[in-house]
Amino acid sequence: MWEYTDKVMDHFLNPRNVGEVENPDGVGEVGSLACGDALKLTFKLGEDGRIVDAKFKTFGCASAIASSSVLTELIKGKTLEEALKVTNREIAERLGGLPEQKMHCSVMGQEALEAAVAYYRGQKATPHEHNHGEKIVCTCFGVTDKEIERVIRDNGLTTVEQVTNYCKAGGGCGGCKGEIEKIILAVQGDQAKAKMAPQPQKGKKLTTIQKIQLIQQTINEQVRPALRAHGGNIELIDVEGDKVLIAFRGMCAQCKISEFTMRDVVEAKLREFVSEDLVVVEDKESSETQHGHKG
Amino acid sequence: MKTIYFDNNATTRVADEVYQAMEPYFRTLYGNPSSMHTFGGQVGIKVREARESVARLLNCDPSEIIFTSCGTESDSTAILGTLSAVPHRRKVITTRVEHPAVLTVCRDLESRGYTVIELSVDKLGRLDLNELEHHLDDDTALVTVMAANNETGVIFPIEQIAEMVTSRGVTFHTDAVQVVGKVPLNLSKSRINLLSLSGHKLHAPKGIGVLYVKRGTRISPFLLGGHQEGGRRAGTENVPGIIGLGKACELALSHMDDENTRVKALRDRLETAILKACPDSRVNGDTAARLPNTTNISFEYIEGEAILLLLDRFGICASSGSACTSGSLEPSHVLRAMGVPFTAAHGSIRFSLSRYNTQEEVDFTADKMPQIIKRLRELSPFVPGAASAAR
Repeated sequence: MWEYTDKVMDHFLNPRNVGEVENPDGVGEVGSLACGDALKLTFKLGEDGRIVDAKFKTFGCASAIASSSVLTELIKGKTLEEALKVTNREIAERLGGLPEQKMHCSVMGQEALEAAVAYYRGQKATPHEHNHGEKIVCTCFGVTDKEIERVIRDNGLTTVEQVTNYCKAGGGCGGCKGEIEKIILAVQGDQAKAKMAPQPQKGKKLTTIQKIQLIQQTINEQVRPALRAHGGNIELIDVEGDKVLIAFRGMCAQCKISEFTMRDVVEAKLREFVSEDLVVVEDKESSETQHGHKG
Repeated sequence: MKTIYFDNNATTRVADEVYQAMEPYFRTLYGNPSSMHTFGGQVGIKVREARESVARLLNCDPSEIIFTSCGTESDSTAILGTLSAVPHRRKVITTRVEHPAVLTVCRDLESRGYTVIELSVDKLGRLDLNELEHHLDDDTALVTVMAANNETGVIFPIEQIAEMVTSRGVTFHTDAVQVVGKVPLNLSKSRINLLSLSGHKLHAPKGIGVLYVKRGTRISPFLLGGHQEGGRRAGTENVPGIIGLGKACELALSHMDDENTRVKALRDRLETAILKACPDSRVNGDTAARLPNTTNISFEYIEGEAILLLLDRFGICASSGSACTSGSLEPSHVLRAMGVPFTAAHGSIRFSLSRYNTQEEVDFTADKMPQIIKRLRELSPFVPGAASAAR
């Protein structure tokens, strides 16, 4: 059970400003049904350029609803410039704090506000459309590098787990965790280095047994989670010198593009973490018969 | 405020009779059942009687019962113990909807080089036995399939699966923690090799479980360091837990009819009333083969944690397959495996009843549900036609 503050429960049970403003000046929609929470924020500007009315509709848990409710209270009476200074931390603080795993709810509030202001300024026609120069890092939840950078900077985050709590990135298949680590390092520098989990290390000279173990470890940690998320799987069949024999399972086995994509991904990961000399070969026969390592 | 407990697939209330049976074994009869003296030896006799009670409920021989600390331990012992007994076989078959006590162990095996096949389910949560047949081969060490799903209550045809699997010389294990006490079992006539059960799901306390091991099944012990349980599970017996479980099994046997008539009728009454009163709601799982106490209902456009918190305001305890309730970011793996749309998976609520529930509780809950659903839908941006329905 979550330990919610009285303020969270108050805003959940008695949400302020529910609904949609008529003829809104700004509309911001973030999140989706698939993500598990979504927020639609609408606001109206007065003649003095200040937000006279703001309303929300939210699909989500208690903390998502409470964050949305507090957001509307925070921005009413502010100019757009002032409103844009509201951070996710401020939303969380107004609620007397949120459980760490729920911080993404406060970030969603901040993002909805930005989307609504951008809509007003005519910068973005539709929600979910990302600016040029942004790159999707987490494909499960559609989180970009810029979004990840910002939660890291605004909240002083130093671990992948924290990033997942704040913006969901890395919380699905986990395939992007390596990339998130790189972003943390880029933003936070050495401060974050000490807290990083050790990666499989490329050895100088490996015995055959060590090499096979490192290949297996790399497949387990770097490759399988991403395949799993798409209903597939991978099996290490054999290692002959620098030739790595693998087979794809489930959805991947039938996927026509697997030859061009997955083999390359696996090879790139194995070269990165084990040895530059490795060549990955797909064992087609085994993929079809579903297992081929008898005897 | 009175608590209305509809979360019996999570854990159950310890029956008064069970508690009373256990009580002396904490302070008066605290001897070690392995001791030579009469003071300890008399406890050993009671442990033996409890083992016989468990065996009566399962219709098996008392020597086939191994007491463990919980269902999870039973599952781990069954899976790892079987694999180390047949080291040359490297394949395990399970299902995508298993409890994490099985699924996590299997996925860990995969990372250690085993081939793990996870059988899929259809949209009603049913298995395709042809898929199982297709994967069974000489390399298969173990097939582990739950007897009934904890989230949806869907019952799998384990007797048929056991027949299919064991006739190929492969060991069959079933996690039956949700089934024991609710559905009659006759293991003496069954081909199931290994079966896990958990005390706290049938009104015994937490901390006691059983692994049934059919005579002739090859399995290596998991805990070493003592002669207890015939050397198959070392460690001083949890005597009060064992006594409690024995009593709970006796009670389960005498309440079996009640579970399948009165409790089932209460579940049906609750389900029918909620579906009728709440638009855009639907049952998850095959209602034709389902535990008598479980219903899993999805409410479109809203999220499960919010529903649970509002139910909690009325003292009603239930659970949800929503992502938010688990602290993970994705909804129930069971509902996803069934292809339940995200919108419905996030808004799923499980009610699981027991013999202690009353019609009054059912009617009270069915009465409160529509206002809870309506209230949250007023907040939701996804309700169709509500785009301009500002409050």
